[in-house]
Amino acid sequence: MRLALMGSALAAMVSVASAQTVRIANQGDALSLDPHSLNETLQLSVNANVYESLAGRDKKMNIAPLLATSWKQTSPTVWRFDLRKNVKFHDGTPFTADDVVFSFARAAGEGSDMKAHLAEVKEVRKVDDHTIDIETRAPLPILPAVISSTAIMSKKWCEENQAVRPVDKRKGIENTASFKANGTGPFRVRERQPNVRTTFTRNPQYWGKIDGNVQEVIFTPIASPSTRVAALASGQVDIMEPVPVQDVARLNSGNTRVITGPELRTIFLGMDQKRDELLFSSVKGKNPFKDKRVRQAFYQAIDIDGIRKTIMRDASRPTALMVGPGVNGWNAEQDKRLPYDVEGAKKLMADAGYPSGFEVTMNCPTDRYMNDGQICQAVAANLSKIGVKVNLQAETKGTYFPRVLRRDTSFYMLGWAPTSYDAHNVLSSLTACADDKGNGQFNLGSYCNPKLDEVIKKIQVETDQPKRDALIREAFQIHMDDIGHLPLHQQSLAWGVSRKVDLVQLADNFMFFKWITVKNK
Amino acid sequence: MGAFILRRLLQAIIVMVSVAFIAFLLFQYVGDPVVFLLGQDATPEQIRQLRADLGLDQPFFVQFWHFLVNAAQGEFGLSLRQGAKVSRLLGERFPATFELALVAAVLALVVGIPMGVYAALKRGSFLSQVFMTVSLLGVSLPTFLIGILLILIFSVWLGWLPSFGRGETVNLGWWSSGLFTVDGWLHMILPAITLAIFQLTLIMRLVRAEMLEVLRTDYIKFARARGLSDRAIYFGHALKNTLVPVMTITGLQLGGLIAFAIITETVFQWPGMGLLFIQAVTFADVPVMAAYLCLIALIFVVINLIVDMLYVVVDPRLRVSSAGGH
Repeated sequence: MRLALMGSALAAMVSVASAQTVRIANQGDALSLDPHSLNETLQLSVNANVYESLAGRDKKMNIAPLLATSWKQTSPTVWRFDLRKNVKFHDGTPFTADDVVFSFARAAGEGSDMKAHLAEVKEVRKVDDHTIDIETRAPLPILPAVISSTAIMSKKWCEENQAVRPVDKRKGIENTASFKANGTGPFRVRERQPNVRTTFTRNPQYWGKIDGNVQEVIFTPIASPSTRVAALASGQVDIMEPVPVQDVARLNSGNTRVITGPELRTIFLGMDQKRDELLFSSVKGKNPFKDKRVRQAFYQAIDIDGIRKTIMRDASRPTALMVGPGVNGWNAEQDKRLPYDVEGAKKLMADAGYPSGFEVTMNCPTDRYMNDGQICQAVAANLSKIGVKVNLQAETKGTYFPRVLRRDTSFYMLGWAPTSYDAHNVLSSLTACADDKGNGQFNLGSYCNPKLDEVIKKIQVETDQPKRDALIREAFQIHMDDIGHLPLHQQSLAWGVSRKVDLVQLADNFMFFKWITVKNK
Repeated sequence: MGAFILRRLLQAIIVMVSVAFIAFLLFQYVGDPVVFLLGQDATPEQIRQLRADLGLDQPFFVQFWHFLVNAAQGEFGLSLRQGAKVSRLLGERFPATFELALVAAVLALVVGIPMGVYAALKRGSFLSQVFMTVSLLGVSLPTFLIGILLILIFSVWLGWLPSFGRGETVNLGWWSSGLFTVDGWLHMILPAITLAIFQLTLIMRLVRAEMLEVLRTDYIKFARARGLSDRAIYFGHALKNTLVPVMTITGLQLGGLIAFAIITETVFQWPGMGLLFIQAVTFADVPVMAAYLCLIALIFVVINLIVDMLYVVVDPRLRVSSAGGH
């Protein structure tokens, strides 16, 4: 009798523990449940709880097996993946190699926003039901990382639901995949109201172990920062992000805490180094940014610690590199900034022929990066000490990005997070000489050093990891010696979390529900 | 009467086309949606292709003509950001905004009119002074501040009311209503008060001023001389005449409530049209913005039309002049 009582008490406790609901608020919503429709962090993060890829990330951001149990290179351009057995999609269909071949074709095809990730993939071949080969156009040493956000969908389900192709935003042909989901992931979508509420429940047939105890997740977008803070403070949500910098201290007391960590994104400034005369400057007939001394003077005149303390309230990590920790290719030895030195900077300016400085316009977004507008103001104030008068043109991202992307700028701010988690993406997008094939596409000041370009090309095909790392190091050294850009910092992620909740924060800002635990009080 | 309505309808159409044109013109400057549609990894070729697919490479007047032709059929094209029909998005969001505006309007009337009457009748009393002071605050405090203060007090400090969202809703066909659940009403309170406060103070001050005006007129003096009770004078004669201008203003303000719910909806994450509009602005989603502005203009035009016609019904003097033409 006593045993039976204890048993039922235990059962009651378990059922209480298993009914855990966690409510999450984010500033935005996933636009669609289709995992191939948009290449955006939040979209990918939300969908990664429902759909899985062959290789994913573990709690320390290392590449880890998901739907593939192992992989190896069978030739420089061919990778073989062994697929996990006994995996079922949410509708019960077993997962096989056909689904992988189908999903890669879908992700690389028309309407997909994930095409760019698969540009190097030549063919995906089924070897048997649980083995596939991926052949790339050229040796691609980082393939498992590159495909870590390519979600696998069910071929059968997509065909039955007219969702063989991702929703094409251009034509507005909506399909089932944008509102319903059928993945292999640890959570299923129960209810979806775009921009209002999305409810997830734990997948009882999940192939793996789910570390957390969460049974239900209610995801709500709350765009207004103060409303988001209030929702957490009043206990109406358990997790919210991002936390506005000024609220970090306040939320770090009582029933809530703030989890911070460096984000992969690096914030930096760029200068027009191509035109013979700057578009927006008092200097006529020449371009002062072509002179390395001027770039170095700008670099050393910026009080990055001051910015960290007063504007970022310690929620930033000053950097000397264009990548931060967590990105393959980052290394601590190289990550040493030139010292903050106003006198030295003044001397450099005088040597370069600008003893009394000059005037230049700076373009800056006000709603894209953490405190972006204020950082630009601080930089302008710093530069005034070496005689540079900065005319700050700060504007909303809607008008800012088209402006700088057509290179209608002399001096600008940008942030970059490599989608491949690898330095090569940064080097080729930001520092390679700009061409019309996509190299240097975001090298908006057209910095160009042929020597660096050569190294970047070598990195692309080098498969030997130590050699590749050495090449990346060499590439960064060339860029640093040139002072090609002015790196500022990696901003911090800040998640506001109830003290009842434990979770794992990844540097790429992905939130995995499977690692969330709600403590019983 | 028929000619009058016809003329007003023609005017309304001209207004609508002008609004559409101005809206469309403005949006040439809000930015480039393509930047947000394609990620950072998109190639220049993909960007060119998308621009061509969306028709963004066509001249302004061609784009405007397409917009106008579609709009006349109630079709506003596709949201660039969400890839869904704009008409459907607005349709989904309209009930939330409408219910919020309606509750706010009722609140403003039910509270504002008695307060105004009281402030007029007991002009010197302490409570009237309080009403007047508070109403000054209501007019001068910005809406977002009122909303945040209410959230701070009633959600964060006291924990009585929810701070965001619409709560549980019930679907009546395509109309999703929050008016039939307790949860829905709890979520309604703070945003409705926030949205109502400005209207409430406006109505209160209007009622007070009109009432004072009416009380000075001769027929009130005659009524008094006839020995009618205060109650009959105030509520039977004075208030009735006060309410005519109040009704007009309220009608127009309902349009205003719907249009200016933007701020309230943003503060309370109220899933209405205003929030949709703000989200559209962030991503330069031109079709949504243009459709929203046209819809708001339409609401104003229709309400104005109705008010004009009601005038004719209420005031016989207008009937003569309108029939004769201007």
